[in-house]
Amino acid sequence: MTETTETEAPLYAAREPIFPRRVSGWYRNLKWWIMGVTLAIYYITPWLRWDRGPNLPDQAVLVDLANRRFYFFFVEIWPHEFYFVAGLLIMAGLGLFLFTAALGRVWCGYACPQTVWTDLFMLVERWIEGDRNARVRLWSQKLSAEKVGKRALKFFVWFLIALGTGGAWVFYFADAPTLARDLVTGEAPFVAYSAMGILTATTFVFGGFAREQICLYACPWPRIQAAMTDENTLTVSYRDWRGEPRGKHRKSEAAANLGDCIDCNACVNVCPTGVDIRNGQQMGCITCALCIDACDDVMARIGKPRGLIDYVTLADGERERQGEAPVPIWRRIARPRIALYFTLWAGIGLALLAALAVRTDTTLAIEPVRNPINVVLTDGSVRNAYEIRLRNMTGHDREMRLSAAADAPLVLELQAVDGLVVTVPADQTLRQRLYLTAEPTSPAATTARVPVELAAEDVETGARTTQTTVFHGRPQ
Amino acid sequence: MADPTKPEPIEKARQRPEPGFTGHEWDGIKEYDNPLPRWWLWIFYATVVWALGYWILYPAWPMLTQATQGALGYSTRAEAAAEIVAHRERFAPLESRLMDLELAAVSDEPELLRFATAGGAAVFRNHCSQCHGAGAQGAPGGYPSLLDDAWLWGGTVDAIHETIAHGVRYDPDPLTRWSQMPAFGEILPEDEIEGLVEYVLAMSGQPHDESLAAAHAEVYEIQCAACHGLDGEGNQDLGAPSLVDGIWQYGGDRDTIRHTIVYSRYGQMPAFGERLRDVDVRKVAIYVHGLGGGQ
Repeated sequence: MTETTETEAPLYAAREPIFPRRVSGWYRNLKWWIMGVTLAIYYITPWLRWDRGPNLPDQAVLVDLANRRFYFFFVEIWPHEFYFVAGLLIMAGLGLFLFTAALGRVWCGYACPQTVWTDLFMLVERWIEGDRNARVRLWSQKLSAEKVGKRALKFFVWFLIALGTGGAWVFYFADAPTLARDLVTGEAPFVAYSAMGILTATTFVFGGFAREQICLYACPWPRIQAAMTDENTLTVSYRDWRGEPRGKHRKSEAAANLGDCIDCNACVNVCPTGVDIRNGQQMGCITCALCIDACDDVMARIGKPRGLIDYVTLADGERERQGEAPVPIWRRIARPRIALYFTLWAGIGLALLAALAVRTDTTLAIEPVRNPINVVLTDGSVRNAYEIRLRNMTGHDREMRLSAAADAPLVLELQAVDGLVVTVPADQTLRQRLYLTAEPTSPAATTARVPVELAAEDVETGARTTQTTVFHGRPQ
Repeated sequence: MADPTKPEPIEKARQRPEPGFTGHEWDGIKEYDNPLPRWWLWIFYATVVWALGYWILYPAWPMLTQATQGALGYSTRAEAAAEIVAHRERFAPLESRLMDLELAAVSDEPELLRFATAGGAAVFRNHCSQCHGAGAQGAPGGYPSLLDDAWLWGGTVDAIHETIAHGVRYDPDPLTRWSQMPAFGEILPEDEIEGLVEYVLAMSGQPHDESLAAAHAEVYEIQCAACHGLDGEGNQDLGAPSLVDGIWQYGGDRDTIRHTIVYSRYGQMPAFGERLRDVDVRKVAIYVHGLGGGQ
């Protein structure tokens, strides 16, 4: 074991506390709006109602794991239609590619739940403990009644938000009003409480304490993004060619030909991840654009044009440094790579819409029984058996009449059902065994393969669903 | 390291020297020797604590005969047993209904019928498919198909239930299905047996020697008709199969028929009434009856 010397870096480092200052401006307002809308969507959605008739739940968005159904307003997805979910996930992935290639880490800066909830938690923190300087002061104070009181109040409000967050999550998986009542009366299932508990704890810890540590150490997205941005991607940059050399512009420095940056550290003080954007591109920057607002404010006060820190592409940075005019932003966005992502993204979206439009509320699936392939009866008839599944995706029971059509005469019978009409209960799949029999005189009895079309017809509406299968006779 | 009375705001932290550069660089990407976040270390300790708790609460350490049991007494076997009990309790009303009802009346109750058929299919796969085949198609060597409409002992659901419950030629059960065809090789001379073979071939509409067959009609009537019927239609009370329906348990070709007449057959089936729960016997009877040949 080597002796630790002073030059050796420590193995572990404590988190550096960050006290972001309050900021106002265009991007901050945009972020308030996005925060409001996304949080509203998250908290309100489970409480929206959507009438689907007496046999189906009336919750607009519901993931019914027990019955394996996913309800989204007018759409009801069954497990066999999981491709819709897969398609949406692929769209989400391509959407991230699209936005990242065009606008950099716009997801991280504006819409990521970690960002939105951290923002909310910081808002509470500012309300209770004051802005940056007050918080730094409080942090460095010895324990006092004031400090304990503020901390306790802050933690309490954080806890309420966290509890609400975990609570809202479980409402997506059960009827929200019923579950809310059960949660309060202690009658909700254990899994609801444990899911709430876990999400409450993670929200509290991630939003209150981990914050930028999640972005820096836990999230893979910053690493992936490094590979997806390029020199044409809009990103938050410091116009160092305009700002440097930075200085306080004191009288004594008048001789030095200083740039626009007055080294006021406003950009650093407002940064939620504690980076200094003036050091250039870095992993810690989530492009929340708050430093742009902070710097613009300072530039306005000292009478300089805005945009010392701004959304600039790396390529435009080079051009501006050479004294050329930057390329218009729309041309940075309208380029082949973005067009390709957009085409793929929109193509999958259109395909999903088309699939949604043509899907039927009844499906007939046939599974021929091939063990054995056929049976000879005492009168010489040849019989084939089939297992069918009739899926009724509507909210009411339906009477379905089954029929079989083939070139040679075949007799259709249902197991344990007189006649050919079956009742398929609402929102269920009926399994039914049926038999096709070729009498000895029918050519089908001696033909190896007879194509058959099975049909299920709604007795009430006359809507038909057909499916083809094969009857196997016994060639002599 | 951190003194709570002395703040170390971000600006001060930034003035620290750069962490050690390892000297590794590829295409301008440098590898630094950054310190790990301290909370990462806490998570490591937390996993250690978690593991210790797990060792205490759950089966963990392999010992000589079995693993340590854990304070919670958890085992997957007990969990499975509990699930079986829960399942039984859940379906107890349907099962008691199945016990109370006449078997023939079950088909009037779609839910009960579906339940019994599904349960019977599971019982069939466990206890019947070894001989009768997974699809109930039977197997060569005397294991009859249960899909067609030819039945040795009757094809009503009650007759099928009786056969399953008491077995066939199963001595320990006094109510077992029982009959025995003599081995005619010990009774009849060889030429009469040859003639009988031709007669049975003729009855079942197969190529045969007409004169031999006609000459042995009387032998058939004396020796065979008592059980198999004058026209060979069989008798389900005696388990005597039909000889004219084109369906053969052991085979309908000349050599097999001769073998059957000379040596007889003595197929057996255990009584499942003593192996399975009563309700499971009823379920499997309903399942077999529903396979297509039930009467």
